[in-house]
Amino acid sequence: MSSTATPLDQTPVARHHFENLEQQKDASTIGMWVFLITEIMFFGGLFMAYFAYRQAYPAAFASASNKTNLLIGAFNTTVLICSSLTMALAVRAAATGKKNLIVLFLILTLLLGGAFLGVKAYEYHDKWVHHEVPGAHFECEGCQDAGHTPLFFALYFGMTGLHASHMIIGFFILVYLIRQAGKGAYTPKWFTPVEMFGLYWHFVDIVWIFLFPLLYLIDRSGAAK
Amino acid sequence: MAHDHNTGGQDENLTEHHSEHIVPIGIYIAVFLALIVLTWVTSGVATLDLGRLNIFVALSIAIFKASLVLLFFMHLKWATRLTKMIVMSGIYWLILLLFIVMMDLWTRGWMGVPGR
Repeated sequence: MSSTATPLDQTPVARHHFENLEQQKDASTIGMWVFLITEIMFFGGLFMAYFAYRQAYPAAFASASNKTNLLIGAFNTTVLICSSLTMALAVRAAATGKKNLIVLFLILTLLLGGAFLGVKAYEYHDKWVHHEVPGAHFECEGCQDAGHTPLFFALYFGMTGLHASHMIIGFFILVYLIRQAGKGAYTPKWFTPVEMFGLYWHFVDIVWIFLFPLLYLIDRSGAAK
Repeated sequence: MAHDHNTGGQDENLTEHHSEHIVPIGIYIAVFLALIVLTWVTSGVATLDLGRLNIFVALSIAIFKASLVLLFFMHLKWATRLTKMIVMSGIYWLILLLFIVMMDLWTRGWMGVPGR
């Protein structure tokens, strides 16, 4: 969010080290993407650990993955995709100068994100009461190679937890954006914060697009049993 | 200005001087529906026994979905070439990480280790 706080009802001005608003926006966009690339590598390390252990203990991963609820996972994926759509529409509303629509779509994004985390909390609770959290009381009923199933659940909680923490950070930024948008801070000439946050939100969506098949969809046919 | 870039029939100037590109709502809705349908397709296909193909189908669908989000929701299709190059370099680096480590893990059993 590199631009100066824009005085309301005035034409936004590029900072002095930029030639014009367009160049300033390009710089913001590139900066945001570079940040997202560091995020790719941040999550990438966990994905690497996942693939390494999955190929080492395929039976443990297959039976542990069947402990997740496929229907809830698919439903939650749908909820998150909906929030990505409302985010894209919020950016579009900003670009076309529809102030009330920006606020509406940002609030919808916040609500859908909240619904996603609510479902996630329910899933975590379910895992907790079934002793599927790695630790002293861990057990994996009817699992093959049960000694290695904590690896799956450690990665499950680590990856979905890191994903969820990104969403929680997103909520704080969303609340700020909703407040600013309500004051009319974003115009078709300058709405960089909304657009940059959109990139962040869609990135978090992409992470989930990979987490869903990797965590929920291993050996659902039960062939390995 | 080179003319080797592919913007899908867009105006040639668009990638160099990206004027504010307003994406039609129809495109967002179409991408959204595709993402929803693919989510349920990948869930359904996972319940079939395709042997080793299961993981490849699941990851192919995920990569396709991620590409839709990148290109349309994240406006990469209309981004400057510098931005596109930066994004591709990031993805390339991730592939290096995954591919090189997996090559090691996959091929370890192929040859005996002297002394073991």
